[in-house]
Amino acid sequence: MQSDSALRLVWIYPDLLSTYGDQGNVLVLEQRARSRGFQVEVVHVRSADPVPESGDVYLIGGGEDRPQILGAERLRRDGGLNRAVQRGAALLAVCAGYQIMGTTFGGEEGQPVAGIELLDISSGRGQARAVGELVAEVDPALGVPTLTGFENHMGVTRLGPGVTPLSRTVVGTGNGDGTEGCYAGHVIGTYLHGPALARNPGLADLLLSWAVGGPLAPIDDTWYSRLREERLAAVLPR
Amino acid sequence: MSQLPLRAQVASALGRTAATLSRMTGRGDGSVIGGRIGLVVEPDLLRQLARDKRLVLVSATNGKTTTTRLITSALHELGEVATNAFGANMPAGHVSALSQAKRAPYGVLEVDEKYLPEVLDTTGASVVCLMNLSRDQMDRAAEIWLLAQKWRRALDGRPTHVVANCDDPLVTWGASTAAQVTWVAVGQRWKEDSWSCPECGGPLDRKDVDWACRECTFHRPEPQWVLDGDSVLDPHGRRWRLDLQLPGTANKANAAMALAVVASFGLSPDRALPRLGEVKSVAGRYTMVERDGRQARLLLAKNPAGWLEAFDVADPALPIILSVNAQGPDGRDTSWLWDVDYRVLNGRPVFVTGERRLDLALRLDVAGVPFTLATSFSEALAAQPPGRVDVIANYTAFQQIRSEFGRAV
Repeated sequence: MQSDSALRLVWIYPDLLSTYGDQGNVLVLEQRARSRGFQVEVVHVRSADPVPESGDVYLIGGGEDRPQILGAERLRRDGGLNRAVQRGAALLAVCAGYQIMGTTFGGEEGQPVAGIELLDISSGRGQARAVGELVAEVDPALGVPTLTGFENHMGVTRLGPGVTPLSRTVVGTGNGDGTEGCYAGHVIGTYLHGPALARNPGLADLLLSWAVGGPLAPIDDTWYSRLREERLAAVLPR
Repeated sequence: MSQLPLRAQVASALGRTAATLSRMTGRGDGSVIGGRIGLVVEPDLLRQLARDKRLVLVSATNGKTTTTRLITSALHELGEVATNAFGANMPAGHVSALSQAKRAPYGVLEVDEKYLPEVLDTTGASVVCLMNLSRDQMDRAAEIWLLAQKWRRALDGRPTHVVANCDDPLVTWGASTAAQVTWVAVGQRWKEDSWSCPECGGPLDRKDVDWACRECTFHRPEPQWVLDGDSVLDPHGRRWRLDLQLPGTANKANAAMALAVVASFGLSPDRALPRLGEVKSVAGRYTMVERDGRQARLLLAKNPAGWLEAFDVADPALPIILSVNAQGPDGRDTSWLWDVDYRVLNGRPVFVTGERRLDLALRLDVAGVPFTLATSFSEALAAQPPGRVDVIANYTAFQQIRSEFGRAV
C-alpha cells in the first residue's frame, strides 16, 4: 500500500470488459477492506483513459472477443498496468482479462492476438464452450479454501514455467488441463468469471493482504459462508 | 384468407388440441406444446400460416411481451389480430399463435432476439420493432454484439420496415442496414452495454440524449418520433399525451414504440391511444394478487436493465419482496446480480426469497441493504403487515408465484 492513507482499487476498462457482474469483485474488495477500517478509493478507468500507476489492487474482467482484443491493444499501448505490476501492485485478472495477461490468446477467428505478458501463459480456443459451476482445490501455499464459482468461456490456457497453477479442478474445466487459473508474484488469473471474489472471500483477502503488506483481522463472513456452503453442496458429487 | 394445404390444416388442428389439453390439465399456457406438435407434422407450417397476414415482429431484451400486447391492442382498431400473448417467443409459439386466429388479417409476434433472423426469413414480416439490447442470461444467450450483427445481416436487402429505438446505440447499429427505418427516441436507462461503438470499438461520447462515436462516423440518427415525459411527439410535431394504466417509464417507451409501429398500418395516435390505455397487466406482469389481506403487485425483472425498470415502478413507501431463481430459463449463472445497484432499496423493508436467495442475500449484504431472508414466497408474504407490497422476481420465480395464484394474468 502506498504511503497515502486510502487503499486504491483500480477497475480497468469497465466499458469494455465487464460482462458478468465483474463489478462484484470491486464491491467485495471494497467492503472487506472498509470492514477492517481501511479507507478505500475506487477508480474506474475507461478504455480511452490512461491506467493510473499508483493503485494497490487492479481488477480486470471478462468480455466478448472484440472488446478483449481492443482491451489488450490499449493496455499494451498504455503500459500503466505493466508498470504498476512491476512496482508490486496486486492484480486479479478474470476470464478474457486473464487471457490478456498472457503472451497470446485466440481472436474472433481463432487467430493469435498478442497479450501484455504479465503472466507466462498462452491461450487458444477450445473445441467446446465450458459453461457451468466450477470447484477447485487451491495451491496449499496460498492458504485459501476451495474455489467455487461459475465459468463461461471457450479458452484453453497453457501454463509456462513462470507461473504456478492457482488450483486443481474438481468440477469444471478451468485451464483445460486439470488446473484452474494461475499466479505469479502478486498477479492472479482465473476463469472464474464475474464476481469470483463473492464466492471466494479468501482470495479477496489474499489480494488485500498483499496490498497492505500483512495479515488481516477476521470479519463477519456469515453470508459469504452460507452461500459457499450452499453452492458447494449443490455442485460437489455426493 | 386462402385455404391452408391439408397437411398444414391437420398440423394446425392437432396443435390446437394439445394446447387446450395443456391448459385444461393446468400444465401451462398451452402456447408452446401446440406449436411444437404442429411443426413436427408440417415443418413449413409457420411460413404457410404467415403468408396472408400483415405481421409485426417485436424483439428486444426487455419489454417484448408488453409491447407486443400494446401493438396488438391498438391494431384491434383495424381488425382481428393473431398474437403470442403469453411470451412463447420461438417458432413453436408463433405457430401456435397464428393457428389460433387463422382468419386474422394481422399478426403481432414477440420474437426471441436470437430467433429474429430465422423468423423474419420464414414469415417475411412487413414490420419489425426493435427496442433495446443489453446483457441477459449469458450462459445460454449469444453475446449481444453478435446478436446485433445477426440482425444487420437479416435486415440487409429486405423490404421490411423497421421501427427502432435510436437511443440504444447497439439497436441503432443492428437496425441500420434495413431499407426503411423509422427512428423512435424512447430513452435508454441501462447504458453499461453501450460505452463503445458497435461499428469500430471506439468510445461513444454522450451529451444529453445525443451520442456519437469519437473515432468513426457512427452517430445517433435523427428521430421521427420522440417520447417526451408523459407525451409522444409524432413526425408531424403533434404532441400526444399518454394515458396508460401500465406503470413506469419503461412502459411509456413501449407505448411510444407501439404508436410508431401502428402508424405504419395507417392507424393514427388518436385511435391507438385509447386502446393502449386499456391494457392493465400483461401475462401476470403488473398484476395484483391478494392473500389474507396482503395485496402483492408482481413485477418481472430478468436481467440488470429489467431490474432498473422494476425499481422505477416499485413504490418506495412499500415493503418489497425479491425472488431469484437460476433455472434454465433464468440463466444458471447469478453473476448479473452484481450488475444491479440495490442501494435504491435502502429505507424500505426488503424480503429475500427464491431458490438462489443466498446469492441475493450476500449481494445485498455487500451493498449495505438490510434484508430478511424467507424460505418461500408464502413465508415472505405472511411476514408482511396487511396492505400492499411490491414483488420483483426473475423468470421462473415469477412463474412460480403466478401459478400459486392460479396463473394470474
